[in-house]
Amino acid sequence: MTCKDLTAALIDELGRIAPETDASRLDPNAELREELDIDSMDFLNLVTALSERLKIDIPETDYSKLATFSHAVDYLVLRLGVAV
Amino acid sequence: MPSLGADMEAGTLVEWLKGPGDRVKRGDIVAVVETQKGAIEVDIFEEGVIERWLVEPGTTVPVGTPLALIASTQPAPGAKVSTVAAVPAAPTPMAPSSVEQPPRARRARVSPAARRLAAERGASLDRLTGSGPEGAILYSDVERAAAAEPVPRPTVPRRLDLAEMRRAIAAAMARSKREIPHYYLCTAIELTRGLAWLEGTNATRPPAQRLLLAALLLKAVARALGEAPEFNGFFTAHGFQPGAGIHVGTAIAIRGGGLVAPAIRDADKLSLDDLMAQLRDLVARARSGALRSSEMSDPTITVTNLGERSVETVFGVIYPPQVALIGFGMPVERPWTAGGQVVARRVISATLAADHRASDGHRGALFLADIDRRLQSPEKL
Repeated sequence: MTCKDLTAALIDELGRIAPETDASRLDPNAELREELDIDSMDFLNLVTALSERLKIDIPETDYSKLATFSHAVDYLVLRLGVAV
Repeated sequence: MPSLGADMEAGTLVEWLKGPGDRVKRGDIVAVVETQKGAIEVDIFEEGVIERWLVEPGTTVPVGTPLALIASTQPAPGAKVSTVAAVPAAPTPMAPSSVEQPPRARRARVSPAARRLAAERGASLDRLTGSGPEGAILYSDVERAAAAEPVPRPTVPRRLDLAEMRRAIAAAMARSKREIPHYYLCTAIELTRGLAWLEGTNATRPPAQRLLLAALLLKAVARALGEAPEFNGFFTAHGFQPGAGIHVGTAIAIRGGGLVAPAIRDADKLSLDDLMAQLRDLVARARSGALRSSEMSDPTITVTNLGERSVETVFGVIYPPQVALIGFGMPVERPWTAGGQVVARRVISATLAADHRASDGHRGALFLADIDRRLQSPEKL
């Protein structure tokens, strides 16, 4: 899996939670919760979907590292050991 | 047509999910209706066999209109035929929904081969007319019926009409502010133990099994309601009527605007894990527009958790005919005194909006204090 695949997976899962998401207009540095109007249930569903899809654990203590789109990509890259 | 809230006047039948001859039991979903709150699945309170439909898909009918005739399978003197979906929003007497009908003498004769084939194909024998002696159903009857079986109906696209939902909210809230003499109480609840317990529990679990703070809050409210029945029920023409169970309505925001508050039934009796699973399911279905009629009409109180949206305190508007609403704000770190020391602690604000016709502030204060006490022992929730 490449960094590009990871980004695509993240966009895909965000789209499931916030169907009106326009990936091209997503500010990578904005807080996802505000940018996409995600609540804690949505966020838990996102984490659940990503951990199942990518076969990784995402502990609750790491949630803050997924706060923005770019941080989330960085975190997943690190977590999966993907070469950038 | 079930009433799915004080504000609902009519609904449109979208589709039938069961057909005449089908056996139904309590909890089965028999139809989909379109309401101001989106498409709602109608679940049934009766047990019996569907006789016939009384309303065609696409028809809009007023609340209380019988949708179908159901022949009771209970061994009662003179089988009763009752109408589907006369579900009251409040424990008011049911609309005249039962009519007497002579019992049906119906025990179809079926040849063993036909019965086997029907079982193989998953076909219902109830709907078949037999061509054999005395109307017995034969192998060929089942074969013919199976061949003629229509292809599964395409699922009707379900939509949420946000403008309609806005009108429904407007009607309910205007009525609430017009009729209900609200009083409001607010308290700060220390969450250190609750959050530590939650973090400890979630650390050992995969995401799919983790709990949200909302589950703890809902459970604490539900348990406290057991000791505070005057906040759990409905205010009707006959005064306050306590709820038959503790069915906690959970305010769920709909993307793009609007909200619904379907019930988690018997929330006081559910384990935290079960409550969390139901909450997850309810939120998903609320947002996709697939709630059930009983979930809309059952809530005996509402809990709102606007703290999600970064407000510290929320003062709710009661959803009639309910008599109380509990609002939780955002957990925040605040200076707190403990043992004469000022310490930093995580705190959440809890408010009660209650109907003064059903309770007084003194009882309300005790109710909030009880919620607080229960949240200090999260492992017992």
